[in-house]
Amino acid sequence: MINLSLKELSEGLKQKKFSSVELTQFFLNRLDLHNSSINAFITIDKDKSLAMAKHSDEIIKEGNQDYLTGIPIAQKDIFCAEGWKTSCGSKMLDNFIAPYDSTVISKFNAVGAVNLGKTNMDEFAMGSSNETSFYGNVKNPWDIKTVPGGSSGGSAAAVAGRLAPAATATDTGGSIRQPASLCGLTGLKPTYGLVSRYGMIAFASSLDQAGPMCHTAEDCAAMMNVMSGHDPKDSTSIQRAKENYLTGISDPIKGLKIGVPREFFSEGLDPEVEKIIEGGINEYKKLGAEIVEISLPNNHLSIPVYYVIAPAEASSNLSRYDGVRYGYRTKEYDDLMEMYCKTREEGFGEEVKRRIMIGTYVLSAGYYDAYYLKAQKIRRLISEDFKKAFENCDVILGPSAPSVAFPIGEKKEDPLKMYMQDVYTISTNLAGLPGLSMPAGLMNELPVGIQLIGNYFSEAKLLNIANIFQMNTDWHNLSPEEFK
Amino acid sequence: MKFDNDEIKKIAHLARININKNEADKVGEKLEGILGLIDQMTQVNTDGIEPMAHALDITQPLREDKVTEVDIRKKSLKLSNETHQSLFIVPRVIE
Repeated sequence: MINLSLKELSEGLKQKKFSSVELTQFFLNRLDLHNSSINAFITIDKDKSLAMAKHSDEIIKEGNQDYLTGIPIAQKDIFCAEGWKTSCGSKMLDNFIAPYDSTVISKFNAVGAVNLGKTNMDEFAMGSSNETSFYGNVKNPWDIKTVPGGSSGGSAAAVAGRLAPAATATDTGGSIRQPASLCGLTGLKPTYGLVSRYGMIAFASSLDQAGPMCHTAEDCAAMMNVMSGHDPKDSTSIQRAKENYLTGISDPIKGLKIGVPREFFSEGLDPEVEKIIEGGINEYKKLGAEIVEISLPNNHLSIPVYYVIAPAEASSNLSRYDGVRYGYRTKEYDDLMEMYCKTREEGFGEEVKRRIMIGTYVLSAGYYDAYYLKAQKIRRLISEDFKKAFENCDVILGPSAPSVAFPIGEKKEDPLKMYMQDVYTISTNLAGLPGLSMPAGLMNELPVGIQLIGNYFSEAKLLNIANIFQMNTDWHNLSPEEFK
Repeated sequence: MKFDNDEIKKIAHLARININKNEADKVGEKLEGILGLIDQMTQVNTDGIEPMAHALDITQPLREDKVTEVDIRKKSLKLSNETHQSLFIVPRVIE
């Protein structure tokens, strides 16, 4: 059962080979067996999951089965789910039981999918290794001495370890694509505004976007069919007709023009990773695609720009955690100011405090023009680079991350080294474009991901291009030895 | 960019984060490193470039002035550390 696609699981439920209760119990047993070794989940609630499965079996019995009805899905702990602890990986929200459902959770509930549990993540989605979580670091099932990437490291480890058939995730600067790359999965960050942010705990509101993390592009398409769509509760949600991402997923890609940005193959990229990406490019040539060289000359500025804009937005978003209405409150204080300052000192981890302080500084009097406004101007330049690039190609291809999974602890004390993990993914968030990572090879037994970046709202095309690759290669079917 | 202890304390106060004396140096060092990275931006000529605040050019949508939210007051109040009737309790601010 652990290697079945979402489509196969759906057919199995339809043909009564197994019930949703049996399927959910099966994965809950996998969690009992393996979660302690990789720490992928923050909250598991068997009774709740099984009650949902029972309800799903009723839906199936009544003949109202949808693609994901009855299938257990792991939910990143950034999505509010009514009655479930929703911690965002932080001590600040350790006692927070969500009083309502995020739109993403509502949509899964509406089709009768089962919530398998809430996955571990970097605190408030700030991190690239899952080492900033209050609940301890997540381990990569491919080698438990290495990180799974972040911030959606719990979701990635859960799917890679076959503890869940699929998971949700979010991506502010690479938090879906980098862990997908490090864990050998297919992950999609959609165009900004395609998936509702309502009830998804905010980090940097102009960059945050939710998406699926699965084994294949086809599974991602099925998840996107549920997750996407306009939501009046999110003022940045895009009003456009809902697409079916499965419809054209096997269309031929002959004549496709793939742009390869030379800036993605410069210093910092592991030469072995580069070889694997070259192998992927050759595979696409064989499949009839044309390769053109393109340039994204301002890509190197995406990290400095991101570390102004994201912390600035975070410092504002995270000001709500003050101990007054919900979340952690310090035990001893004499006045209101002391209550605020001690609550935030004790409730936030180091990386989160660092980013709040950077954001506070760049927005403070006298520095706004030099930092925040300057960063917004360069954000425009980065975005224009993509516009120009898409005049000469249909899709952009490069690495998702500069290396494979690295040892736990290696970059923890050096934020600058850690930030370089997102050097190929951040520019996509700044421009608001969709990006996908899929497995393309192994280096020292660890997965390497290829990134595909598309024009606005080209998710269906990206999933199609990835699916054709997966119909002709086997990398997405590999699984870590201990979790087979 | 170099931060002395007073500046770190000022930023920490603006951010409403308590920071103890021993930590201030270490925090300052890390922030200096990040600002060094950010300073790469100064090499770029951005004269005449329109700032980009958002990924997509969208305007705030308007909707009818109607209550659409469900009432979750009771559930929300339960999440607070200290409440009185429908109010959140904080230390006395006005004498």
